[in-house]
Amino acid sequence: MRFTDLARGLTAAICLAAFGGPLSALELEDQKFYPGTSDTIIKVISTGDLDVFEPFIQQFQTENPTIGVDYYVTSSAELHHAIKGGAVFDVAMSSAMDLQFQLANDGAAQAYSSQVTDALPVWAGWRNQVFAFTAEPAVAVISRDLFAGLDRPTTRQELITLLRQSPEKFENTIGTYDVRTSGLGYLFATQEARNSDTYWRLSELMGTRGTALYCCSAQMIDDVAAGRLTLAYNVLGSYAAERIARDDRLEILELEDYATVMLRTALIPVTATETEGAGLFLDRLLQEGMRETSSVWALPPLGAADTPEARAYGPIRLGPALLVYLDKLNRDAFLRAWSDAVVQP
Amino acid sequence: MSDATAGPFWWRSIGQRLTILLAGIAAVLAILSWWMVTSFAREAAERTQDSVLVASATTIAEALRSEQGTILLELPYSAFAMLGAIGEDRVFYRVAANDETLTGYDDLIPPSTPERPGDIAVRTIDYRGDQVRTVTVRRTVLAGQQPVPVLVTVAQTRTGVEAIGSGLSQTAAVLSVALFILAVGLGAFAAGNALKPLNSFAQAVTRRGPSDLRPLRRKVPDELSPLLIALNRLMERLGQSIRRSEEFIAEAAHRVRTPLATVRAQAELALHTVEKDDEKQMLRRIIRAVDESSRSASQLLDHATVSFRADALTQEQVDLADLAARVTEGLQPTAEMKDIAIELEGNGPANVLGDAILLESALRNVLDNSVKYSPAETEIKVTLDRADDQHWRLIVRDHGRGFSANSLPELTERFKRGGNVDMIVGSGLGLTIAEEVLIAHGGRLKLTTPTDGAGACVSLILPAA
Repeated sequence: MRFTDLARGLTAAICLAAFGGPLSALELEDQKFYPGTSDTIIKVISTGDLDVFEPFIQQFQTENPTIGVDYYVTSSAELHHAIKGGAVFDVAMSSAMDLQFQLANDGAAQAYSSQVTDALPVWAGWRNQVFAFTAEPAVAVISRDLFAGLDRPTTRQELITLLRQSPEKFENTIGTYDVRTSGLGYLFATQEARNSDTYWRLSELMGTRGTALYCCSAQMIDDVAAGRLTLAYNVLGSYAAERIARDDRLEILELEDYATVMLRTALIPVTATETEGAGLFLDRLLQEGMRETSSVWALPPLGAADTPEARAYGPIRLGPALLVYLDKLNRDAFLRAWSDAVVQP
Repeated sequence: MSDATAGPFWWRSIGQRLTILLAGIAAVLAILSWWMVTSFAREAAERTQDSVLVASATTIAEALRSEQGTILLELPYSAFAMLGAIGEDRVFYRVAANDETLTGYDDLIPPSTPERPGDIAVRTIDYRGDQVRTVTVRRTVLAGQQPVPVLVTVAQTRTGVEAIGSGLSQTAAVLSVALFILAVGLGAFAAGNALKPLNSFAQAVTRRGPSDLRPLRRKVPDELSPLLIALNRLMERLGQSIRRSEEFIAEAAHRVRTPLATVRAQAELALHTVEKDDEKQMLRRIIRAVDESSRSASQLLDHATVSFRADALTQEQVDLADLAARVTEGLQPTAEMKDIAIELEGNGPANVLGDAILLESALRNVLDNSVKYSPAETEIKVTLDRADDQHWRLIVRDHGRGFSANSLPELTERFKRGGNVDMIVGSGLGLTIAEEVLIAHGGRLKLTTPTDGAGACVSLILPAA
């Protein structure tokens, strides 16, 4: 059910459709209102789950008690679609940096600058319109039980070798994003395919072994924990780390050759009405992102983009190149190739 | 003349005028160079952007292919990655086959389309609220048997280009200001340097003595030579005019002297024929007055002669011993009338180079003064000796009233007389004439009061031949 919703939203966004009322068509996953002491309310639309961001919102409200926060959770495609369609929100935060970039490029974001945005590293912002506040790598998560007795591969090449040598261990127990429906999975896949040709060999092999496809990191991690999957590839590192901290059946496979690092970004849409409050909220987000360790969320800081494996290709660059894989023709071509490799009959 | 004194104070000096004009020129040039650098920098940045856009559009066009009658395209990653190189600019694109959008922004209609394959059209248009630079390239793709024209348009906003342009413009502005300051400094230096000949010319004129009317002979820049010539002509005319007035005075004095001599002779004659004491008295007063007038006329004549001849001094051997003897003899009759004895001491020859007439006139005037101011039955002593190795000295020593100390330095000025002349008639020219003659000969006149009793002591010092 959720799959179809997502697929519809994504398709709609990619077709650059401008029809439909801004909010009427919005499919919400969650919504919560945090009242402030005044009438000022900022409407935040986000792909981040409430349980991840609630502590942050509460912290923000302790510092700015007057501002109420109306927090909407939706998928990245829905978010993109809504903002593009002119829905009124004051802040939009999303893990799909390519879609966020496209919003700004197409003129749906407004510029904002403050001392905090000036302190941001150059690569973490674009035109003072899109601001990154986390740097989150894609990781491989394994089940300790099912991986027992196997050497831990340290590179993707070793992982490929392992998949070849022990087919029985991985038969139908590999999971990854269904890049046809998941915007984040698509971003990870395209960037990895661009950077390294091992991606296609790995995908081919995963297709041969039989791979389960998922919409979301959380469900993949759930299935690894439950022992239904031996390996989940390209899981959002922040979610994995947070789960591993309280679940010792899981383990992150340390692949040292490279890491695809996604930037979680926020922007202030042109439709924003409470720009002042939105600016405060954005500043607070960036301050939290620039800290080494955060006390309010489990998301990795921007500094995580500076690990040796992340440095191999750097974090995914905020720039016009992000538009390439959003292009209809490119998307079709990539999905065709991917389906051929992963979704084998 | 009027424009030199009118205007603000800084406009009155040529140096300041030059400096200000040069500074003005420097300012104009600095602004011009800033403007040029700015527009060049902007153009260079724009061209760079154009090149990148062309490269991007070409890369996309080259990725076009056809398969079984359909046109396929996989946008090259590099085509868009290179657009991020200039700055954080918005990017739009459209690929259209037969005016049908294959992919990209539907509403990005290229303002002009290239006519032939391979052509490139570059334009600036307004799109989605921003000024964008668009590049359209045309390529023909064979779809099946049908050649299909495909237009690839890549557009980019110009924020990065403007940032580069204004950054360079600021640098150019700083450089221009620095250049301007340097130019003002150099301009001030150049103005000072150019005016140096004028200043030294002015100083040369200022340094001249009050009666030095010789023409200025010096090298001056071409611009100053008319001034130099004019100045020399002016001095020449001034000199002529002075000479004319001296000649006139001499002529006048000469003409006055002759009738005075007749009057005196007649008065003498009359003195012998009258008997009454008061009449004799009256005639004597007449004679004395005529004498004085005659003497003044002589002195005026002498002075005119000195002024005239000193300009072009003859250089002949003159024996001071001879000269002194001649003058002493000439004044003997006058002295005898007052029972004054003139004694000459010293032996010749004492040769000097100069004008005998002038030297004689100098000594005569000094001696005449002594006779005039000495009481009756005294002695005047004229001594000739060497002042030092190179100078001869004639000392005239009388026993008259001497000089009053406080008027000593002024006595040689024209028509200036001592503070103790009482009733004695005089013109005040005698010592002036003597001094002028001596100075013209490179010598000097020295007035002293002798240490042994009353009287005056006048020394005429002349360089030995």
